[in-house]
Amino acid sequence: MHRHFDDELRQLKGELVRMADMAQSAITQAVEALKNRDKAAAQRVIDSDVGMDSLELVIDDKCLDLIALHQPMAGDLRFITTAIKLNAELERIGDLAVDVAQRAIEIADKPMLKPLVDIPRLADAAKRMTGQAIEAFVNSDTALAKKVILSDSEADELKRRVEKELVYDYMIKDGSTADRAVPLLLTARHLERICDHAVSMAEDIVYMVSAVVVRHHPEEL
Amino acid sequence: MHDTLVDYDKQMGLENFHPSLVKGPVGVNINSLGEADVFGLEPKIISRGVNFYYGSKRALNNINISFAPRRVTAIIGPSGCGKSTFIRLLNRMHELVPGTRLEGEILLDGLDIISPACDAADLRKRVGMVFQKPNPFPKTIFENIAYGLEVNGVTDRQVIEATVVDSLKKAALWGEVKDRLKDSALGLSGGQQQRLCIARALAVSPEVILFDEPCASLDPISTGKIEELILQLKKDYTIIIVTHNMQQAARVSDRTAFFLMGDLIEEGRTDNIFKAPRDRRTEDYITGRFG
Repeated sequence: MHRHFDDELRQLKGELVRMADMAQSAITQAVEALKNRDKAAAQRVIDSDVGMDSLELVIDDKCLDLIALHQPMAGDLRFITTAIKLNAELERIGDLAVDVAQRAIEIADKPMLKPLVDIPRLADAAKRMTGQAIEAFVNSDTALAKKVILSDSEADELKRRVEKELVYDYMIKDGSTADRAVPLLLTARHLERICDHAVSMAEDIVYMVSAVVVRHHPEEL
Repeated sequence: MHDTLVDYDKQMGLENFHPSLVKGPVGVNINSLGEADVFGLEPKIISRGVNFYYGSKRALNNINISFAPRRVTAIIGPSGCGKSTFIRLLNRMHELVPGTRLEGEILLDGLDIISPACDAADLRKRVGMVFQKPNPFPKTIFENIAYGLEVNGVTDRQVIEATVVDSLKKAALWGEVKDRLKDSALGLSGGQQQRLCIARALAVSPEVILFDEPCASLDPISTGKIEELILQLKKDYTIIIVTHNMQQAARVSDRTAFFLMGDLIEEGRTDNIFKAPRDRRTEDYITGRFG
């Protein structure tokens, strides 16, 4: 039986995919700006965040409307509550991309401390995990969502490597590198946080699809 | 997840109740539903292998379900699924319809209520019923409640008066009618009439109250009062409510059973049924995808 409600849910899904596209694009552009020392590109990332902020409000409002007007149950209820959570996670990912862009601006005019190796890898992990989480959402794919959750350790390890290298090989040996090392340290942290948000999204998606809570319950994976 | 369920059961006082105490001969194996494994409390009512026929038409198929004492169980399902038919078996109202036949076993505190040895009038004192449409007698408010007592042989005026007051208080109607007990019950609003019917059921000290869509003809305010009343009454009574209103089932019940075309499809904790039903047919029904 066709439900008008299904059309509204599809529309909500479309808005979330749009939010996810914006978040992924922001990560990509922020990391490119960092690598290319492109202040203008970094500024564009910062300026475009307002678009994500507006869309976040639109999606939140839509979710509240659907709950208030349709009193959803079961799978519909899980879908909408998950949408609310994903929306917040994606908005935070957008903010973290802005943080990366700000770091890019901070170091753009300074001599490069070192060639970037692990940070681009971490950026790739952040983009990949965010993309996979959204793909899992679109296709209700719990296997892919679980893959995202299990990738978290890879991101943690990359961040640790960046921190160790910057602190021990640069900052401790030569304190004058701190003003260039700290932005890179923070960038690694921002990117690793993006991975954490992707993991949270994936956990919510597993619940949405299968009603199994894997958040704080790794044994359920 | 399971820890959370067990915690919830503890909060709800359900930790010692489990529907798997019912072992049906064939068909629905309630134990297979995978509820938190908690045992111990005796169910108030057990339906075991119940089939029911209107003439040659089978209306209920092998219903195996149990009802926890002092809890609210909601029965949901589309029109004609057998939910009203089923609760009418629990106080043998089906016997008023000619040409019906019941197979299986229904136990109330272990007593086989279908057995000819069980007196239907005694049973209906223990298992009261409130119907979809308020049906007060064309008598005064006082007489509506006193009537059941008098029919049951109570003659002491003081006892009758005290019971009327007590029943009206329990039904949350006393404050609204205490100065008009001698007025006709037919002058009350629909919501008040329904609470009067609940008071009438309470007057004979039942243990179980069956509600058959009690709010179907009431406005949201009266509905809210009845729902609040059900939540209060469950401290003392085992309540089974048939409702078409999903939100009502979700609001007032501890457990929910879904019937479809005479089958019990799924029974479980209400929050689980409405958040994550196990059966696709339940999901389709509660999300309005049936058609």
